[in-house]
Amino acid sequence: MEDITPDKKINIKGLVCPYTFVKAKLAMEEMDVGKVLEIILDYEEAARSIPKSMEEHGHKVLKVEKINDTDWVLQIRKEKD
Amino acid sequence: MEFTEEQIQRYSRHIILPEVGGKGQKKLLNAKVFIVGAGGLGCPVGYYLAAAGVGTIGVVDNDDVELSNLQRQIAHNIHSLGKPKVESVKKTFESLNPDVNVVAIKQKITKDNILDMLKDYDIVVDGSDNFPTRYLVNDACVMLKKPLVSGAILRFEGQVTTILPHEGHCYRCLFEEPPPPGLVPSCQEAGVLGVLPGVIGALQATEVLKLILSKGKVLKNELLIYNALSVTFRKIKVPKNPECPVCGENPTITELIDYDTGYCTIDR
Repeated sequence: MEDITPDKKINIKGLVCPYTFVKAKLAMEEMDVGKVLEIILDYEEAARSIPKSMEEHGHKVLKVEKINDTDWVLQIRKEKD
Repeated sequence: MEFTEEQIQRYSRHIILPEVGGKGQKKLLNAKVFIVGAGGLGCPVGYYLAAAGVGTIGVVDNDDVELSNLQRQIAHNIHSLGKPKVESVKKTFESLNPDVNVVAIKQKITKDNILDMLKDYDIVVDGSDNFPTRYLVNDACVMLKKPLVSGAILRFEGQVTTILPHEGHCYRCLFEEPPPPGLVPSCQEAGVLGVLPGVIGALQATEVLKLILSKGKVLKNELLIYNALSVTFRKIKVPKNPECPVCGENPTITELIDYDTGYCTIDR
């Protein structure tokens, strides 16, 4: 799978649900359709729930990856306003 | 406008709703809603609108808080007894949410001051307790083309309707004229179950939020009637009357009217 350069990155390490999703959603709202958001987080539950919720909101999950002992990286493409 | 960290926490349950989000929350913060009456209905309506972050809430009421109000008017308390109701709700709503600016107007609403009071607001809520005010507010909203969420309660029954002037029905399409004073329940007959205005006021606040967010449908051309004893919600169709004296094609009422005398207000 080719590497995608995100258009915007947020680091939400230290946050727990629901603020993980709240922050991700607010960042997403400010982006144009077609742009990619990258999220770094360390709350495991959110690594599952954010992709699920983003899909429910109609966006495309491009990447969910554990990058070290504590952190995950997610990439999500905005599909609609 | 960027949210503060505090606002992100406060409104997080709104922001995660697809129908609201950060954009919808900003609409709420920028919205201006005017509430007629700081009593049984005005208290819960304003309380929930303040909690939701509606940025400007105007309230008009000419009464002071009495002990008999506290059975249902949840924004007042024993410390506000004897004080103007509008001052009492301002304190309650602003301490619930400092994002909210409450404009408190201690006055009797009349045909001479109503247009000026409503002119800067987006949506009007009627929580008044008498027919003269109900008709005055309806006519003013029709003339100003402002959405009006109207509520009424008595004993165990309440009703809600949302008036979008010229788009849907108005109060006079439903009842052309106020009932004669003799047909209105007298004070002795006008009991109310304390929780009833909470139910009806919460429904009114819901209508207001949907109007601000432009989401869902509202009670346009419909009257919702709730009966607490039978636990029923009934919706009645209220078509727009083309011959309505105020919003019809050839209106006969073109000036505001104060129907003042002879009514015993239900809220004493």
